[in-house]
Amino acid sequence: MNTSTLEIEEKKVNKTEIIPGAEAVLKCLVEEGVDTIFGYPGGAIMPVYDSLYSYADKLNHILSRHEQGAIHAAQGYARASGKVGVCFATSGPGATNLITGITDAMIDSTPLVCITGQVASHLLGSDAFQETDIIGISMPVTKWNFQVTGAEEIPEAIAQAFYIAKSGRPGPVLIDITKDAQQKTLDFSYAPCKRVRSYHPYPELKDEPLRAAAKLINEAKKPYILFGQGVILSGAEGELKNFIEKTGIPAASTLLGLSAFSTKHPLYVGYTGMHGNYGPNVKTNECDVFIAIGMRFDDRVTGDVNTYAAQAKVIHIELDPAEINKNIKVDVAINGDAKQALQALTQLVNQNSHEDWVEEFHECDRIEMEKAIKKSIDPEGAQITMAEVVHKLSVFTKGKSLIVTDVGQHQMMASRYYKFDEYKSHITSGGLGTMGFCLPAAIGAKIGAPERQVIGIVGDGGFQMTLQELGLIMQYEVGVKILILNNEFLGMVRQWQQLFFDRRYSFTKMQNPDFIKLAASYNIPALQISDRSKLEDGFRSWLEPEGPGLLEIIVEKEENVFPMVPSGSCVSKIRLE
Amino acid sequence: MKQKEYTISILTEDKPGLLNKITIIFNRRKINIASLNVSTTEVAGVSRYTLVVSLTPEEVKKIVKQIRKVVDVLGSFYYQENEVYYREIALYKFSVDMYKNNKELEQLIRNHGAKVMAIEGDQVVIEKTGSKQETHELYDALQPFDLMEFVRSGRIALSKSKRRTEAFIRELETSNSNALSIKEF
Ligand SMILES: Cc1ncc(C[n+]2csc(CCOP(=O)(O)OP(=O)(O)O)c2C)c(N)n1
Repeated sequence: MNTSTLEIEEKKVNKTEIIPGAEAVLKCLVEEGVDTIFGYPGGAIMPVYDSLYSYADKLNHILSRHEQGAIHAAQGYARASGKVGVCFATSGPGATNLITGITDAMIDSTPLVCITGQVASHLLGSDAFQETDIIGISMPVTKWNFQVTGAEEIPEAIAQAFYIAKSGRPGPVLIDITKDAQQKTLDFSYAPCKRVRSYHPYPELKDEPLRAAAKLINEAKKPYILFGQGVILSGAEGELKNFIEKTGIPAASTLLGLSAFSTKHPLYVGYTGMHGNYGPNVKTNECDVFIAIGMRFDDRVTGDVNTYAAQAKVIHIELDPAEINKNIKVDVAINGDAKQALQALTQLVNQNSHEDWVEEFHECDRIEMEKAIKKSIDPEGAQITMAEVVHKLSVFTKGKSLIVTDVGQHQMMASRYYKFDEYKSHITSGGLGTMGFCLPAAIGAKIGAPERQVIGIVGDGGFQMTLQELGLIMQYEVGVKILILNNEFLGMVRQWQQLFFDRRYSFTKMQNPDFIKLAASYNIPALQISDRSKLEDGFRSWLEPEGPGLLEIIVEKEENVFPMVPSGSCVSKIRLE
Repeated sequence: MKQKEYTISILTEDKPGLLNKITIIFNRRKINIASLNVSTTEVAGVSRYTLVVSLTPEEVKKIVKQIRKVVDVLGSFYYQENEVYYREIALYKFSVDMYKNNKELEQLIRNHGAKVMAIEGDQVVIEKTGSKQETHELYDALQPFDLMEFVRSGRIALSKSKRRTEAFIRELETSNSNALSIKEF
């Protein structure tokens, strides 16, 4: 690499030392403050694993059961701890098994550094055993990637990897290191990367759009805030709260924004999107000023972009300039970090309140309660529903747990009915919708935030995509709580089949194993409930002990998630039932 | 909205793999690249990619921002036809006999502002620089003379702006803003 592109801070104390590349990798990680690695060994990364043997006091390596498990665990770890998730894998199949997780991290802006072993440099391009062009394969799904073929390149590559992964809009970075680069020695010294001249992660805030935004907000009659994960990523929860409280503007969350602002706050009006709340969806098309903060107008949020907030003046606070005017045309673009932008904007706006307008949201809440929520959380039938479980779990845990979900109906039920009252308490695969995410991500989250109660909520389908990671709970005694909502269907697909494909349940029915016996074989205490009257006691015996626990609840087979904005349709055409 | 032809000019660090990182941005969106050229610049270690694409004004703005996001891309700009000086070069190959036996060929080449680049063995190569339309006109005119082979380069272009690459890079190195290379949203 070209050192001229980096501003290198001179190492003050340490003299250099001659060590193999493999050990240099570990030293770099220690220098970056890493203490946990998720990984899986193999031929091409064996030198690194050999060095790891003598670094066990500094680096805690978690051996997953599949590389997909390792990377989802690293994602959960990163999102729960706010640190960079680190992942090791070997070349070929090891590296390709990371791709789903890398893609997931890219679309959900999760900082990861993935280190893959590669065949020796003289074998590159020869179709050698377990050689794959992981640089080529991962190019579209990494924030940056780089292949190291010389030991001396390692410190600078890893320094740059950490800097790029965590700065600005975070994302996954992959460093591919040939086996010979791991084996050869280098004169080691480390300097963290402070700057890459082609990369400017934090745009300077401009006064003019801030003033224009403040003017719109001060004159607005029906302003509306929609915040996303950008708030969490920039640590702007305090600034968001101040801004909302000063302006008195009703605020809704995106799926990934959940828990950036307490659901119990009087100005919180719910969450938007395909299965979001009625009010925030409908009012999107009635407000006069729409303030989007740290979100990217995903199509699951907007439905039909042509009608989305079309009547409103749109203000977009966003760090990534490429997201501005990408899906929705905005009137005022504030390109900057949410924390800084909100601080500055709060100074410029008037103290205000919009009681009548907020009341309109509450009116919508009453309609939603009547038409959709009541029958979901307090069902007439004998079978327990997913909505009911999440609702009761939310009450039981007082909205204080860290909830990790998979993908499907249970995910939407969790985001609808868990009443988050603690900052940074929701981790899900949002942009990519990766089934199999929950179990390993929940394990990673518990490792990243051991002081939190971490609950993974997963469907019977998604659980079986990565259930091998139960081995981690056993081997590393991870005190994570798993909740399987078993409907014996690929529920979300079944719901679409019911609503849009004439009830033709094509290959969505599942015959499942005995999850309780399965958990028992991993020494994980487990309990199955199918009777409503046992729920509360079940929660208690599942959640109260310190260690891990698995709770399987047999739920209504053909429950549907409502409200629903059919894919691509106008958000105000949301169906309540 | 109607598509127009744009010249996209990208300044990058001189690093391997960047060509791929840039072209996949187009590929993913099914945008056809009409021409592409990679060259050094007057600044050591800095390369210039010049691409020609047909896009709507909305699309070109979005694509340029996506390109700017690639680490090691220093700047990414788009231009309409009247905002750049640009050229392409074309080569046309004949047999020496065809060239010698058709006196009007020499006249034709001169009229088109082309010139003989090489006469070697039994082959003659004609060279013409100009716009795509000009090189194509000569192509049409030469067709009847049993043209053996034809090739045209990608477009190379310099913008009409007063910006110097070196000053731009210096500004990048000292500034904290990425707004520099993305003038508008
Ligand atoms: C890896 C992957 N494959 C397929 C899908 C498509 N998909 C979305 S939801 C879903 C059903 C999920 O079923 P289950 O895990 O049982 O959860 P439920 O919807 O029943 O709560 C499927 C198959 C996906 N999101 N991810």
